[in-house]
Amino acid sequence: MSAVLVLVELAGGAPDRLSAEALGVAGGIAKAIGGEVHAVVFASASEADGAADAAPALGGYGVSTVDLVAGEGLAAYAPAAWAAAVTQVATAGPFAAIVASGGERATEVLAHVAARVDVPMAANVVSVLPGDRWRVTRQRWAGSLLEEAFLDGQPRLLTVAAHAVPALEPSASASAAPATVTRVDPAITDADLRARVVGHDMTAGDSISLADAKVVVGGGRGLGSAEAFAMLDELAGLLGAAVGVSRVATSLGWRPHAQQIGQTGTRIAPDLYIACGISGAIQHIVGAKAAKRILVINTDPDAPIFRRASYAVIGDVTAVVPAISAEIRRVRGGG
Amino acid sequence: MRILVLVKRVPATGGRIVLADDARSIDTRYLGFVVSPHEECAVEEAVRLIDANGGESVVLTLGPTEAADQLRDALAIGIERAVLLETDGSDWDPVATAGAITDAVKDLEAAGGPFDLILAGNESADSGGYQVAIRVAVALDRPIVTGIKALEVRDGVATARRQVPGGADVYELPLPAVVAVREGINLPRYPSVPGRLRAKRKEIERIVPERRPGGPTLDRLQVPVEQEQHVEILGNGPEAAPRVVELMRELGVL
Amino acid sequence: MGALPARADVVVIGAGIVGNSMVYHLAEQGWRSIVLLDKGTLPSPGGSTGHASNFIFLTDHSKEMTAFTVESARQYRELGVYDETGGIEVARTPERMEELKRRMAAATSWGIEGTRLLTPAEVKEMVPFIEESVILGGFYSPGVGIVDSLQAGTLMRQKAQAMGALTVAAGVEVTGVAVVDGHVRGVRTDQGDIAADTVVVACGVWSPRIARMAGASIPLTPAVHQMIDIGPVPQFEHTTKEVGFPIVRDMDTNMYERQHGTGFEVGSYAHRAILMDADDIPSIEASALSPTMLPFTQEDFDPQLEDALELFPEIVGDESVGVKLAINGLLSLTPDGNPIIGETPEVKGLWSAAAIWIKEAPGIAKAIAEWMTTGEPEIDPHGSDIARFYDHHKTAQHIAARASEGFNKTYGIVHPMEQWASNRPIRLSPAYDRHVELGAEFFEAAGWERPYWYGTNESLLGEYGDRVMPREAEWESRWWSPIINAEHLAMRDRAGLVDLSAFAIFDVTGPGALATLERLAVNRVDVAPGRTVYTPLLNSAGGILADLTIMRLAHDRFRVVTGGGMGMRDKKIFRDAMPADGSAQLQDVTNAFTTFGLWGPRARDILGAAADGSADISHKGFPFLTSKTVDIDGVRTLASRISYVGELGWEIYVPIEQGLRVWDAIWRAGLPYGLVPVGIGTYAVTSRLEKGYRAHGAELELEFDLVEAGMARPTVKDQDFVGREAYIRQRDAAPAAILCTLTVDDPTSTSGVKRYMLGREPILADDGSPLVDAKGRRSYVTSAGSGPSLGKHLLMSYLPPEQAVEGTKLLVEYFGERYPVTVAVAGSTPLFDPDNERIRS
Repeated sequence: MSAVLVLVELAGGAPDRLSAEALGVAGGIAKAIGGEVHAVVFASASEADGAADAAPALGGYGVSTVDLVAGEGLAAYAPAAWAAAVTQVATAGPFAAIVASGGERATEVLAHVAARVDVPMAANVVSVLPGDRWRVTRQRWAGSLLEEAFLDGQPRLLTVAAHAVPALEPSASASAAPATVTRVDPAITDADLRARVVGHDMTAGDSISLADAKVVVGGGRGLGSAEAFAMLDELAGLLGAAVGVSRVATSLGWRPHAQQIGQTGTRIAPDLYIACGISGAIQHIVGAKAAKRILVINTDPDAPIFRRASYAVIGDVTAVVPAISAEIRRVRGGG
Repeated sequence: MRILVLVKRVPATGGRIVLADDARSIDTRYLGFVVSPHEECAVEEAVRLIDANGGESVVLTLGPTEAADQLRDALAIGIERAVLLETDGSDWDPVATAGAITDAVKDLEAAGGPFDLILAGNESADSGGYQVAIRVAVALDRPIVTGIKALEVRDGVATARRQVPGGADVYELPLPAVVAVREGINLPRYPSVPGRLRAKRKEIERIVPERRPGGPTLDRLQVPVEQEQHVEILGNGPEAAPRVVELMRELGVL
Repeated sequence: MGALPARADVVVIGAGIVGNSMVYHLAEQGWRSIVLLDKGTLPSPGGSTGHASNFIFLTDHSKEMTAFTVESARQYRELGVYDETGGIEVARTPERMEELKRRMAAATSWGIEGTRLLTPAEVKEMVPFIEESVILGGFYSPGVGIVDSLQAGTLMRQKAQAMGALTVAAGVEVTGVAVVDGHVRGVRTDQGDIAADTVVVACGVWSPRIARMAGASIPLTPAVHQMIDIGPVPQFEHTTKEVGFPIVRDMDTNMYERQHGTGFEVGSYAHRAILMDADDIPSIEASALSPTMLPFTQEDFDPQLEDALELFPEIVGDESVGVKLAINGLLSLTPDGNPIIGETPEVKGLWSAAAIWIKEAPGIAKAIAEWMTTGEPEIDPHGSDIARFYDHHKTAQHIAARASEGFNKTYGIVHPMEQWASNRPIRLSPAYDRHVELGAEFFEAAGWERPYWYGTNESLLGEYGDRVMPREAEWESRWWSPIINAEHLAMRDRAGLVDLSAFAIFDVTGPGALATLERLAVNRVDVAPGRTVYTPLLNSAGGILADLTIMRLAHDRFRVVTGGGMGMRDKKIFRDAMPADGSAQLQDVTNAFTTFGLWGPRARDILGAAADGSADISHKGFPFLTSKTVDIDGVRTLASRISYVGELGWEIYVPIEQGLRVWDAIWRAGLPYGLVPVGIGTYAVTSRLEKGYRAHGAELELEFDLVEAGMARPTVKDQDFVGREAYIRQRDAAPAAILCTLTVDDPTSTSGVKRYMLGREPILADDGSPLVDAKGRRSYVTSAGSGPSLGKHLLMSYLPPEQAVEGTKLLVEYFGERYPVTVAVAGSTPLFDPDNERIRS
């Protein structure tokens, strides 16, 4: 019997958002080929028990079997080691396909697997049509273009484009069978650990992750200067939002690249993206594609970003943004 | 030290991508071509590392004969040698690309000694396959990290940082190694006019690569249909602030 | 955004510098319902304005273009967006140094203040980073500057909006132009239709496409101009101004270099002409930067990098200075290099404002707005008039050929008589083969190949010796031959036969023909059938629009004959005047008739022999300024007794297919009388100047009036005509200038070489100061040429009344030297044969 193997990363005991998207695609494939969904979940030795407790609940996501990979060698993330483990699980399969999310680690691990097994891999897939030859539709140019391609190889390897397909919601019904959990002790060589995380640098990050923020306040050329970004920081502070910027703002040296939203920066997926003084070049737009709503503040109502906007305020950002901050304070002060 | 940089020639697109008539490639008649952004940073990183440590840098690409322009872009800012794996310009899948590059690396190393570091971009701007550097590293049995935004090399060890929520993961790799970098690792310099003129006079080494079967195999391209969004204008200027705040409440973000 | 109005008085398409200038000047002229459309977004919708290098050099050899440019700089200054940096044109070669002297003269003629020639050391003082050993000197102009063209456009748009005159709609694409019965009635857009009886096409490189939607033609081609921006330049880091150094034009390498903040911009016109089709310009969305900023083609620019490195080694050679931007920018090129403005001849109400560069845009827009509103542009736009084009000019082949040829002349040293080489020959006289046999040197006019002189007349040189006024200097020997003067003398001694095929000829017929023509012509047209009238045409302000002849062929039939150069423009003037009721009709018979001129003391003998008694051609039987049928060798021709050369003779109008037969017949008849073929060099220059005849485009322009030109008749006709009121006012006032003929007293230069002016040189008072009349106009040479019968080099010039006195000694500046001249005639009395005895013999 053929099955689909999914790399699942857990967050707080449940699949993270991108993994849930991958599970959705995997479920579709499994249905089309009449197979099951298996998941591979990684845990360090210390996390293993917690993961084992959480894993059966993946049954609610249509997963029948969980291969829980845990071991000493996995204490720190090492892409080749993770890939060795996935390869080990895959070899025990056989699997028709291995699906990973569009997350950075998942993509990296699957590419390692592809190289090891020497099969093709399709990245950023948005739909799959199994058949004699599998057809996949995948993103190019960060989603500005779609490619239809044939994906061959045994198994078929693919990653799911982030924020491009719906995340699978867990089944509420009690009838969903808990997944069977099998512990896997991977055979990891020293060579697999040559590249691994040896430490964390906590000084480099923002307190609120741009990629995960519910609200993002973005600024671009329309701010006019590095100094003007202070008003964005202020508004973001009031909203508990992250600050993002356009490529122009980093190229001009106004803001660090870590804050760049776009094809070559961070992709965001907030509930509300407040785009201030940003014209909306394709580079930027693809990074904000997954935003549920965009509020544009711009002097030029003909700027391309208006085509993506749900709401707009026409005016100079340097006047409008402080007014919004003041209004929030007023409302809060009064309430 | 010796560094090899892998780059890709990609079109500099505008606000909308236009397809060629056969829907198998994009219409580049009026587009310029550039080094894919992450790789542009890889080139800059190579130049800086060689400036700091001494040694030789080589840039390599697989692409049509015109990809020599992108190699010259790299030569113009200080890379010393350029190698073109010349194709007929058709779409090469990641398996075939990585195979050809691996072959070339072996040949170059056999002739000129090993590369301590192979630098690549995290993913190309156009096809975005996220795998060529990893396939090359695995084939050469070298450690690799991807998504790198800071890199130091000291005493045969590369220390690399990848941005993660809340900070950065730090990796250490023994050389020789492969590192795939992201834009932001540096701000690439512009070529100087003397650099341009020097690059123009340099010889580009050309190799006709062997093409392996692989995948995924491109069938056709399509431009996604964008539905026009209805925009609700909340107001003009600062007077719109109360309405904005009201909206934030409605959306539950306040 | 917002809904488009359903109706407007005028729709301006294109919101670049031209469209913005247009809406402002239309509002200034009183238009109150203006819509400005652009497909792109503001303030930089994606056309050539967005990547313009924005600098303004004021001096051009063309008076018209200089006037537009100076006016534009004035407007930019008034808007506060003009940064006067000064500019230097540098010379790397001795030829260029001579050219710079010629530019100095042009600056004086057109009133550009403060210009001077610099030594290499002086250039270095102003531009410390230049390699002065590469150059021989420079031409400095303090008024040169840089404009923020996007800001200027925005300000002008806002001014029009503030007047309540303008609706701006960006992101709107024009999909069609509605034309009903030859008149524009509106524009169709992707967001609805706008009804309008006036539409202005200000779409730059897209103009041909929009015009074609209306069935009109704007013959321009998009072409690439390369530029790069390098920086940051350490030398500029401490300059506080955007531009702290003069702009340098490296004329001999076809390049310019300018500071740009901490950057340094290098632009080039040296590469091959890279042309495009307007339909091939990518859309805004599909463009990486903008539709008119195309990918840089490095190999075209590489040689220029070397040139730039040579001139600015400190900056361009600095390893720390990077190439930040390199583009192939699109701009508009036209077949003759001039803008394309005015109402299209094909569609009433459709106006072109195209092929206009930043440096001249507001000035031209003002002229167009005046033209649209009152018909009285302050600056005469005839050189840019869209109506100047013949059909062959509008073909893609012609546009491409001439635009390519003209591109590298952008910074070239262009001789005033320089001929085009490409796409020739186009229009051939029926006697063309004879001209070839006679060794004709052909110059082109309106597409016609016209003999300028005939090689076989070289034999006359011996006959006339030094009377042909041989030229020693290479410059004025170029595009010239002493044979011209020999032909002149032979015509005056015996007779000459001139091919005048380039004339434009229109028949105006019908019961309303007389009234229609009377309304246009200054002089009375209601003459007996068979009589010919020479008349100027005026605009309503009394400026001189044209001069031409009208033959009354019958009570309801007139033939208008005008020069080929402005033929199509003049045709539009007449066609526009035709009554709506159809009572008068205009028929263009230019291509139906060829014209030969036969002049000289023996002309009557020759015509008599050729006509073989078919008509009475005696002075009494065929008086001056009459026309009649004359049969020549079995061909019925229309002979018109008239003269532009000051001799007895006729223009003979022949059905074009029988032209060769008539040429041959006259030729045979003339042999016994010593007839010589005579080229246009005599017809249009030497004989005309000796007779003091005025020419359109030289002496006759809108900014001069008939009184100043010495063409006012003793009385004014009773019938109303365009410009009559103004003309009467002019007659009552003292003229601000008087057209004079001057003789060069001694053409010998300091190096002992005789030099002969070619036209457009400044006339100076004997103390060397320029002459300025009460209207602020400088005195300059309107026409220049040999007067072989007088043995003097002749100049025409409008002079202030104090100087316009016979015998006044003045100076003319030529290539940096001053030559003494004397006012020989003030007014229109001919120097040669002042009583016109020859014509009336």
